[in-house]
Amino acid sequence: MADFLSVSGWLLVFLQGLLFLVGAPLMVGWIRLIKSRLQNRRGPGITQPLRDLYKLFGKEVLVAHSASIVFRTAPYIVLASTLVAVSIVPLLSANLPSAMAADMIVLVGFLALGRFFLALAGMDVGSSFGGMGSSREMLVSALAEPAMLMAVFTLAMSAHSTNLSSVVEFNLGSGLILRPSFLFALLGLVLVAIAETGRIPIDNPATHLELTMIHEAMILEYSGRHLAMMEWAAQLKLMLYGVLIANLFFPWGIATELSVMSLATGLLAVVGKLLVLGILVAVAETVLAKMRLFKVPQYLNLAFLLTLLGLFSHVILESGT
Amino acid sequence: MMLAHLPLLEQGIFVLAALVLFTSFALLAQTRLTAAIHSFAWQGIMVALVTVLVAMVSHIHHLYLSALLTFSLKSLLIPWMLHRLVRRLNMEREVEMISHPAILLLTGAVLVIFSYWIALPIERLGLGNTRNIVAISLSVVLLGLWMMVSRRQVIAQVLGFMSMENGLFLAAVASTKGMPLVVELGVAFDVLVAAVLFGIFFFHISESIESLDVDRLNRLSEREEIS
Repeated sequence: MADFLSVSGWLLVFLQGLLFLVGAPLMVGWIRLIKSRLQNRRGPGITQPLRDLYKLFGKEVLVAHSASIVFRTAPYIVLASTLVAVSIVPLLSANLPSAMAADMIVLVGFLALGRFFLALAGMDVGSSFGGMGSSREMLVSALAEPAMLMAVFTLAMSAHSTNLSSVVEFNLGSGLILRPSFLFALLGLVLVAIAETGRIPIDNPATHLELTMIHEAMILEYSGRHLAMMEWAAQLKLMLYGVLIANLFFPWGIATELSVMSLATGLLAVVGKLLVLGILVAVAETVLAKMRLFKVPQYLNLAFLLTLLGLFSHVILESGT
Repeated sequence: MMLAHLPLLEQGIFVLAALVLFTSFALLAQTRLTAAIHSFAWQGIMVALVTVLVAMVSHIHHLYLSALLTFSLKSLLIPWMLHRLVRRLNMEREVEMISHPAILLLTGAVLVIFSYWIALPIERLGLGNTRNIVAISLSVVLLGLWMMVSRRQVIAQVLGFMSMENGLFLAAVASTKGMPLVVELGVAFDVLVAAVLFGIFFFHISESIESLDVDRLNRLSEREEIS
């Protein structure tokens, strides 16, 4: 456990936040690049989402005249809550002073706060698309959140802590153990992550087709830097889930002490894991088709069932004498 | 004994046992017949793999034979026979309506908790280091029974019946290192004969009521139409 008041620890948290801010658009660019290669296109370069964000920040903000203050403040709240959530997640090092302040349940709470304001902003202008998008987003998140919490509890029961840092350290310390509960929690968390970040079987991030969009429908009215912040928050969320999956279940390589060498290894390891994860996401999105909205509850039921089975198999097979 | 102190092979047994439980749930939730048959075949493969691992851990050689028997019967022959039946009855695209899928699965989860509770004293007996695989196999049996109760499609009910047998086999392999070979051969052929007989019954049922929906067997007169 890191010292809560150490300056270097908080510097590390700050550095991690910056890395997340730069890394998230790059990860989206990487997924798009792989996807376009799989579709026999050359595709834009990996830095394209970063350049898009830069361009959007320079553009004029247009706000609908029926918009209230919620519409104008929502991008700041969404981006800020996602940033706070991101700062809890161990990216380079397992010892984070911020992780001592907040555990996984708080992480889920911060994500829910951002989502709440996103949905409010979607409804605020009063366009029919915005309301539709918000209602769909709430449907997905209401079903995804229990599954996410179940996965968190499964991990917490093995590590005897809901703190992300201690879970990572526990996994590092125990070496390679085949745990059925972790297998189920991993599968469930992957399904939840796909649903929450709006990737392909649930939502298509590359389309503006009216009937199917969820996330795009909510941010349809945004422009300029507001749009940039919303997009940035969505990209951050994708990277957050990626890092969560990579570092919780495959923690090897993450730094356990504050030295330049181990932090560099941690960076290399996490970049490698995220690149592999990006390839997997791109392949899955190329192979799968988008699912009908009415099938989404079934999909999330499966996620919930998987995490529930994870909990059961922990109790039945792993705990005890 | 902590899980971490067990050798990797035994940890593998637990993972596979958990996967058997998962395939049971997959069977329960599958509405398409062909997909359900595939889940059943996967369950057979998992059970056979558990048997192989148990044989490797305990060095009992006749378990390899029963693993081979399980694999060839339950994951190749019986699924193939059921597949052929489904094709001959033109039911490949049949989708059974499940009225409350969430309640179906939650009841399944309750059954798992119940069998864990039932199997706790058995675990305390300490029959070797099999942990609570007895609880897993008991819940596979109960889930098969629940599938027979809740589904109306005859083939789905037969799959539930067969997966109950898988659960019993898993319990035998994991807790007492397998039954005597004679018993295992007997059970295997029993299941095979049952599969053949079920096939004949399917034809008779589908000829007399032109459907494999068991609910229609309740009706007394043939004239009654479903609107």
